Amino acid sequence: MLTVETISKQYGENNVLRNISFKVNKGTTVGIIGPNGSGKSTLLKIISGILPSTSGFVNFEGTNIQQLKQKDLARKMAVLSQNGLEPMPISVYDTVMMGRYPHLKWYQRVGAHDVEKVQEVLYLTGINHLQDQLLDTLSGGERQRVAIAKAMVQEPEILLLDEPTTYLDIGHQLNVLELVNYWKEKTALTVVMVLHDLNLASQFCEQLILLNEGEIEKIGSSNEVIQQDILEKVYETIPEIVTHPINQAPQILLTGNLH
Amino acid sequence: MNGMTGPNQHRKKLIIWIPILLIVLFFSVLFSVSVGSAEIDVITVWLVICSKLPWIGEGIDPSWKDSTETIIWNIRMPRIVLGMLVGSALATAGAIYQGVLRNPLADPFILGVSSGSALGAALVFLFGWHTLLLGKLTLPVVAFVSGLFTLFIVYVLARINHRLQMETLILAGVVVQAFISSMLSLTLALAEEKMQTIMYWMMGSLTLTDWSYNGIVLPFIIVSLIIVTFLMRELNMLGLGEEAAYHTGVSVQKVRLVLLIVASLLTGAAVSVSGTIGFVGLIIPHMIRLIFGSDYRVILPLSVIGGAIFLVGADMIARTILEPRELPIGIITAFLGAPFFGYLLRKKKTNYF
Repeated sequence: MLTVETISKQYGENNVLRNISFKVNKGTTVGIIGPNGSGKSTLLKIISGILPSTSGFVNFEGTNIQQLKQKDLARKMAVLSQNGLEPMPISVYDTVMMGRYPHLKWYQRVGAHDVEKVQEVLYLTGINHLQDQLLDTLSGGERQRVAIAKAMVQEPEILLLDEPTTYLDIGHQLNVLELVNYWKEKTALTVVMVLHDLNLASQFCEQLILLNEGEIEKIGSSNEVIQQDILEKVYETIPEIVTHPINQAPQILLTGNLH
Repeated sequence: MNGMTGPNQHRKKLIIWIPILLIVLFFSVLFSVSVGSAEIDVITVWLVICSKLPWIGEGIDPSWKDSTETIIWNIRMPRIVLGMLVGSALATAGAIYQGVLRNPLADPFILGVSSGSALGAALVFLFGWHTLLLGKLTLPVVAFVSGLFTLFIVYVLARINHRLQMETLILAGVVVQAFISSMLSLTLALAEEKMQTIMYWMMGSLTLTDWSYNGIVLPFIIVSLIIVTFLMRELNMLGLGEEAAYHTGVSVQKVRLVLLIVASLLTGAAVSVSGTIGFVGLIIPHMIRLIFGSDYRVILPLSVIGGAIFLVGADMIARTILEPRELPIGIITAFLGAPFFGYLLRKKKTNYF
C-alpha cells in the first residue's frame, strides 16, 4: 500500500537519510525507532509529503505522493505532528470540523453528513463534553485527543504519527495509543509512527524499523528487532531484555552503567 | 462570549452582530454627514441624499440651494463613503496579514506597500506630474502601482527555494521599507516648498476627494472581499500551525500567496486615495478578535463593518474638533485607538493570538 523507495535526504554535505526502502502493508502498524539524530522524524516528514527528499520517492497505492494534490493526499493520509495543534482560542468542535476540509470543495459548505461524522468522532474519542471549550484552555493530553479526533474525521487510509506520546504522562501515553489502536481495528487503518519509547513500540507495532545514522539497521517484528546485540550497537548501552508478562512483547530494562 | 462556541456558533454571532454594526454604521454616517462648517439642518441633508437615490428621489421636490446640494452630495458624501471604503479595506487587510503572518503586530503597512505608495506619491508631487497622463487620477494610480511594485520586490527577496517563509517575509519587508524610507527622505529634502504637501499626504487624509476616487477603490475592494470569502476556512486552519494546515489538505504556499496579494491590493487601494492612515488595520481586527474570539469567519465580516465605522467616526472628529481647522485623521485614529486597545488588552489577559 505504501512503498518507500530508496529515499535519501541531504542537508548540504550532511546525509540525514541514506537509501531507505521498505513497504507497509494495509492494516498494519509500523513503528520507526532509533536514537536521537537517526533521522526518524525526517523520514516521517518525507513520507507525509511536507519535506521533499533529495532522491527516491514515496508511493501510495502506486501514485507518487508528491504528485497528489494537497486535498487528495489529505483524504488518504492524516498526520499528527510532534508540535500538535497550536493552543488557539478556537473551539474543539470547530477544530475537529477542520478535519472535513479535504472532503469539501472550495465553494462547498459543511453539510449534515459532516456534522454527523464530527459528532460521532467526538463521542468515540471521549471529548464530547469538551466540544464547546476553546483549544487554549485544554491540557496537553486533551489537545492530543482533539488532534486525533480531527485526524479521524479526515477519514484517512493511513495515519502518520510523530512521537505522539512525547509530552504526555504514562496514563495519557497509553490512552493515545489505545485510541489509535481502537480506531485501527474499526477501520483497517494503516499506521506508521515514530516512537521514542521502545517498550511502547514493541507492544503496539507489528513491524519495527530501526534507524541508525540515517540507515535502516534492522527491520522486522519486535522479537526480531528488540535484541540485545542490535540495541547495544545502536544505542551504545547494554539493555536487559525481558518478556512482557501479559502480552509477551519483548521489553527492555535499563540496568544502567552509571554505578 | 468566547465560551459559547460550538456547532454554527459563528453564524449565530454574525446574525446578531452584523445588523447591530450596520445600524451603528448607518447612524455614524447620518451624524457625520450632518455636521460640518456649513450649517445645514439634518432634514435638508437627508432630503438631498434621498433625492439622489433611484425611485425615491423622483418624488422629492428640491427646495434647497444648489450650494447646499453641492456641499452635501459632492463634498461630504464622497468623503464619508471614501472613509467607509478605506476603513473597511485597511481593517480587512490588517486581519488577513495578522492571520497569514501569524504575527499580532502585523498591520497593513508591514510589508512596505504603504512606503512604496508614499514614494510614488512623493515623486508625483515633486515632479508635478499631477495632471499628466491620467489627469487627477495620476496620483492614486501611481501610488497604487508603486505600492504593489514594492510588495513584489519584498516577495522576490523573501522567496528562497520556491518557498516563502513568513519570518523572512517580515524581515524583507523591514529591509525594503528602510531602503524606501531613505529614498523618501531624499525626495523630501529635494522637494523644498512641496514638502508640506507630501508630508500631509503621508499623514493620511480623506480631504482631496470626489466620487471618482471612490470609483477607483471600490472594484478592488469588492473583488478582494469576494476572494477572501472563500478563504476564511483556510485562514482559520493556518492558525493551528503550518504543518497541521498542510496535513489537513490546505495548499499552504498557494493560499498564503493569494491572501497576501489580496491584502496588499486592499492596502494599495486604500493608501492610493488616502495616504497612510495608521492604526485602523492594527486595532480593528484585534478588537474584534478580543471580543468575539479568533474565528476568521467572524473576524473578517465584522472587520469590514468595524473598520468603516471607525474611520467615518474618526474623520468626523478630525474635521470638527478644531473647526474650521482640520486635523490629519491619522492623529485621531491613534488617539482613539491606542487607549481603547490598551483597555481591552488589560481586561482580557488571555493568550488570544
